[in-house]
Amino acid sequence: MTVYYTLFTFLYQTGDAFAFLVLSACGLAIIFGMMGVINLAHGEFIMCGAYVCAASARAGLPLPLAVLAGALAAGAAGMLIERIVIRPLYDRPLDTIVATWGVSMIVTQSTLILLGSTMPGTGTPFGSFAVGPYSYSIYRVVLMGAALATLGLLWLGFTRTRFGVLARATIQVPHIAQALGVNTGLVYSLTFGLGAALAGLAGGLYAPTMTLVPTMGSAFVVEAFVTVVVGGADIFLGTAPAALVLGIIKAALTSWQGQLAGQIGLLVAVIIVIRILPRGISGWILRERA
Amino acid sequence: MARANLLSSTIRLLDGPQTLGRGRPFWTSFALVLVLACAYPMFADGYDVGNNVYFFNWVFMALGLSLIWGYGGTLSFGQTAFFGVAGYSYGVISTNFGDAYGLTLVALIASVAAAALFSAVLGYFLFFGRISGVFLGIVTLSVTLVLERFMAQTAGPEWQVGTARLNGYNGMGGMPSLTIPWFGGDIVLFPDVQLYYCTLALLVACYLGLRLLVNSRFGNVLVAIRENPQRAEMLGYDIRVYQLVAFVIGSALAGLSGVLYTSWGNYITPASMGMTAAALPIVWVAVGGRSDLTTTLIGTLIVLGGFQALTIHGSQYALVVMGVLLVLTVLIAPRGLVFSLGALAGGMFRRKTAGRE
Repeated sequence: MTVYYTLFTFLYQTGDAFAFLVLSACGLAIIFGMMGVINLAHGEFIMCGAYVCAASARAGLPLPLAVLAGALAAGAAGMLIERIVIRPLYDRPLDTIVATWGVSMIVTQSTLILLGSTMPGTGTPFGSFAVGPYSYSIYRVVLMGAALATLGLLWLGFTRTRFGVLARATIQVPHIAQALGVNTGLVYSLTFGLGAALAGLAGGLYAPTMTLVPTMGSAFVVEAFVTVVVGGADIFLGTAPAALVLGIIKAALTSWQGQLAGQIGLLVAVIIVIRILPRGISGWILRERA
Repeated sequence: MARANLLSSTIRLLDGPQTLGRGRPFWTSFALVLVLACAYPMFADGYDVGNNVYFFNWVFMALGLSLIWGYGGTLSFGQTAFFGVAGYSYGVISTNFGDAYGLTLVALIASVAAAALFSAVLGYFLFFGRISGVFLGIVTLSVTLVLERFMAQTAGPEWQVGTARLNGYNGMGGMPSLTIPWFGGDIVLFPDVQLYYCTLALLVACYLGLRLLVNSRFGNVLVAIRENPQRAEMLGYDIRVYQLVAFVIGSALAGLSGVLYTSWGNYITPASMGMTAAALPIVWVAVGGRSDLTTTLIGTLIVLGGFQALTIHGSQYALVVMGVLLVLTVLIAPRGLVFSLGALAGGMFRRKTAGRE
């Protein structure tokens, strides 16, 4: 019987790590995959989502709506930043990293000045359930569902809606799309906004589980970077399988040696993976079509 | 005869095409600035001299980043990782072995070597995996962030190397300063006039050495790789090796900064490898003009001085100003503010002399 309990614990932890990796990485992966821009202000969009979510939840909004409000706020902030900082730099993609890093510094420090070093959060909802001798948080299971739902909705969005088709056309051959009448500027702006909103969603969903500080984004960015590097440029063929593989590694190392070993293990795994698969998992899957 | 040849070829390398400041006017002002820098301690009080050493400490890391990023075109955002590795190594080694017999100098060399070795191992996986610019930046950044988290959790008594406690987030302190064995008593390099001259000499040596390096065949190949990696490869250069060597040299310089900083304040914390610490060298080098050693040097000193002045007068806004400066530089003067001003001045000077002829 104990074997099953241990197995269940491992599955639970893997699912938890998978959800964390998918949610924290998918915004970054969409912006990178579609626009070739690595957004170093990713952590700040997460922080924005978490702050707005916590503030609206404390103002009396039900939690799902508060999470949505966080995502929308981060998305709006993302579109603003795209317009001011990213748009002049589309022909210099490497410079966007440096510019978004500047944005990240400004946002983190301004939040510290304006809102103080910490912000009251909301409690984790739903309580817990028990399997055998161990008890598990129900909210973590909700997060796993949210990660899968996000992936599913993104897939539907990019394959079944007009925006998805136009976005993919713009990414493949920008000039032709433009010649065919697609407003490519708007598509880039919406894509960046979508990536930022996904970051805000991650922040909103994890807001009830952590302390809200201006630098909380950096708790997510390493995992997000690592997942995107291992995954490569495609979110469905890259980010999702990468999150699964890395989730297993992280859960195993965490239960064996603790939280930090999980993070170090992730990083070492990444450095080894890029030596073997320089273009990530999606590059490896797509190598025959490329 | 051979010596004269060596001399003239050295001068040609120092004055070569990959560096912006060239010719008689530049070297005259260089000599002037050096004389002023040497005379400075005679007019300033001890605190200001020590503070200037603090500025100099960082310039090594900035010059290394200029070599990697500006000349090699490789985005390394985690130079602070090597800074921290060397700083902590210096702390551990010098705490354990003390400062007698010039052992701190051995600790300095061993710590810089540790940073170089670490960067060689990391760089092997990165460059031989042929990962592209963007990914290189985020992997190096992740390395320094994970190192910060690792050192932050070393507060417990089990994290002890010999007699040196790592002390977690509070940082490690109490290591001896660099000490030079000398006849009639060791010279302890406290942040004072002696340390000022030592650091200044080291800085000038590194600056001139890097000028020689970037104007040599190695530097020309490195710039060729930055401009067009495929073409450089077609011409028969193994670009991975060139990039790796530049990365290791630049990281060793970051390590040197780490040792000098740790010895200067007898203190190092995990925060020196954090996100903010990692961003600052990017600001100095980008604002100065990453593709030239001289503009990097000038820019770093100006931005450091400005940052400190801001910290004193409006403490919390300093980082906001740094972020704004970085964004504006990228948007308005992507080659760097000092670089653009220097190019402007150089162009005007040339036009003036051309008009006279």
